[in-house]
Amino acid sequence: MKEIVVISGKGGTGKTTIAASFAALAENAVMADCDVDASDLHLILRPVIKTGNRFFCGHEAEIRKNDCISCGACLANCRFEAVKMNGDVAGEAEFSIDASACDGCGACVYLCPVKAIDFHSRYCGEWFVSDTRFGPMVHAVLAPGAENSGKLVNLVRMNAKKTAEETGGNIIITDGPPGIGCPVISSVTGADAVLAVAEPTLSGLHDLRRIMELARHFGIRTLVCVNRSDMNTGISEEIEKLSAESGAVFAGRIPYDDEINRAHDGGISIIEHGKGESVGRIREVWNETRRNI
Amino acid sequence: MSTGTGSKTAGKIFTVAVASGKGGTGKTTVAISMALCAETDVQLLDCDVEEPNAHILLKPSIQGNEHVSMPVPFLDEAKCTGCGKCSGICAFNAIVFLKKPLFLPDLCHSCGLCMKVCPGKAIMEKPRHIGILEIGAKGDVGFVSGCLDIGIASSPALIRAVRKQSKNAGLEIIDCPPGTACSFVTSVKDSDFVLLVTEPTRFGLHDMTLAIKVIKQLKLPFGVLVNKSISDDDCIGKYCSSEKIPLLMRIPDDRSIAEAYSRGVDLMEVKPELKDGFLKMIDAVRAIAEEDGGK
Ligand code: SF4
Ligand code: SF4
Ligand code: SF4
Ligand code: SF4
Repeated sequence: MKEIVVISGKGGTGKTTIAASFAALAENAVMADCDVDASDLHLILRPVIKTGNRFFCGHEAEIRKNDCISCGACLANCRFEAVKMNGDVAGEAEFSIDASACDGCGACVYLCPVKAIDFHSRYCGEWFVSDTRFGPMVHAVLAPGAENSGKLVNLVRMNAKKTAEETGGNIIITDGPPGIGCPVISSVTGADAVLAVAEPTLSGLHDLRRIMELARHFGIRTLVCVNRSDMNTGISEEIEKLSAESGAVFAGRIPYDDEINRAHDGGISIIEHGKGESVGRIREVWNETRRNI
Repeated sequence: MSTGTGSKTAGKIFTVAVASGKGGTGKTTVAISMALCAETDVQLLDCDVEEPNAHILLKPSIQGNEHVSMPVPFLDEAKCTGCGKCSGICAFNAIVFLKKPLFLPDLCHSCGLCMKVCPGKAIMEKPRHIGILEIGAKGDVGFVSGCLDIGIASSPALIRAVRKQSKNAGLEIIDCPPGTACSFVTSVKDSDFVLLVTEPTRFGLHDMTLAIKVIKQLKLPFGVLVNKSISDDDCIGKYCSSEKIPLLMRIPDDRSIAEAYSRGVDLMEVKPELKDGFLKMIDAVRAIAEEDGGK
């Protein structure tokens, strides 16, 4: 079983367009949406949910006002600026914890002299196993503003693997998150290959360098394709050169195509839509990807 | 920086966080255009530390770098009695215990608790490099940007370091990271207004609604800017009017803008006629924030 993760460094380069197209082109695939922060793949794959599971991770601290003696130890020990003090004189001030800033480290809980701070499990989202017209899909929604999307990503990947084993799937197609931080690291470690979807802009080139460095850091085979390549052919060529120089496989150029938004508005992938200049090119990128994993 | 809401009323600073939910909607372009149009004392903070791009369009001259690190624990072997207390209290499983503790910096959140609870004072802290701040200016626009080291997972700590560079005066514009998770929250927190930049597509609308959920939880005033706008009657316009969300500006879908962007040329250079629109929007944003603050 192989796992390919579609990533982009910079957001909005067309990562989900490509992942949805791969879903339509692959046989015996399991889809995983690891962009748990701002997942979009479901808008096109329209999964029918079979099982849903709540996801708790980490903790958040909460002061029991009645038990607090206003000593200020929590404020002094919190390194995340999560403890707020109302009123100026310690001893009389009212202390509270801003849940959106609390990192869940437990320092205040442990160091409060009168044990006036509760430590609740934090609800961080939900994950699902679903059916789509292209096969099973594992996806998730992160609770608004929640942390630890990395852990939710791990859960999605683990269950995509499990689902693939159960259903005899031979490839996992993962829509990865943008960026190079914790959710991306969680999405790519241990995968067979990543496909970086780049955009031919100076920012796109800058971000591609960073994401390729990340892939190299984790020793993952890297493929690169350029989306909306005709927007700047010079930079498209530079991207092609950059991938050759850094040992990545260049998987192709995809031209700008109005039809993509039209397909998505109708809730289908550009491959099913069948019209537009990009269709043939995306097929080629898929074939190249298939050959390389 | 003061804690809580005091900073909003006491100082003259006005902070607008430019965010998007979805990446690639033109958030950085908008943030830079606002900074260039505003003629008051203005500072741009690039908090998209995983993929900082503002410098490419703004082309500031960089006056200095600052290294940012996080404290991580290390052991003074001689003092450690092997009691195991430290590994039991670490909320992030960043301490493995086999006779003596072993610290895993990749999992450590730098909370400092292990050091505080160690009965033998055997734990000390040393800095771990997480990224670099670049500090500079383009004309009257002050500029600060954070760049996360590759392989480091903790963006929020670096974002906090960028925001500490705030001058606490004039107009402050924050270029936020995409998504709705902790780095987004750290970037928009305690701002006076959140400007959501979106595009009129299915993905754009969906991701915007996710961002709105978080902003509502944080109780911040917000409004919407539509980039790559084709028609006033699009899905974003309909959503905003039914939800009574101020739609503050539209930037037309124009291939020349996209091409200029691809070469790193900023919007104000290609479409100087949009300046009026940006200034009006900044006024509108201030008015909405003031009204909201008065509530
Ligand atoms: S649990 Fe940690 S981050 Fe949360 S309030 Fe307590 S000390 Fe601060
Ligand atoms: S440490 Fe405990 S008692 Fe002291 S202010 Fe905080 S909650 Fe109250
Ligand atoms: S708490 Fe201190 S003495 Fe105990 S095992 Fe940890 S480092 Fe050693
Ligand atoms: S500083 Fe906090 S997170 Fe890091 S090892 Fe110590 S207790 Fe764990």
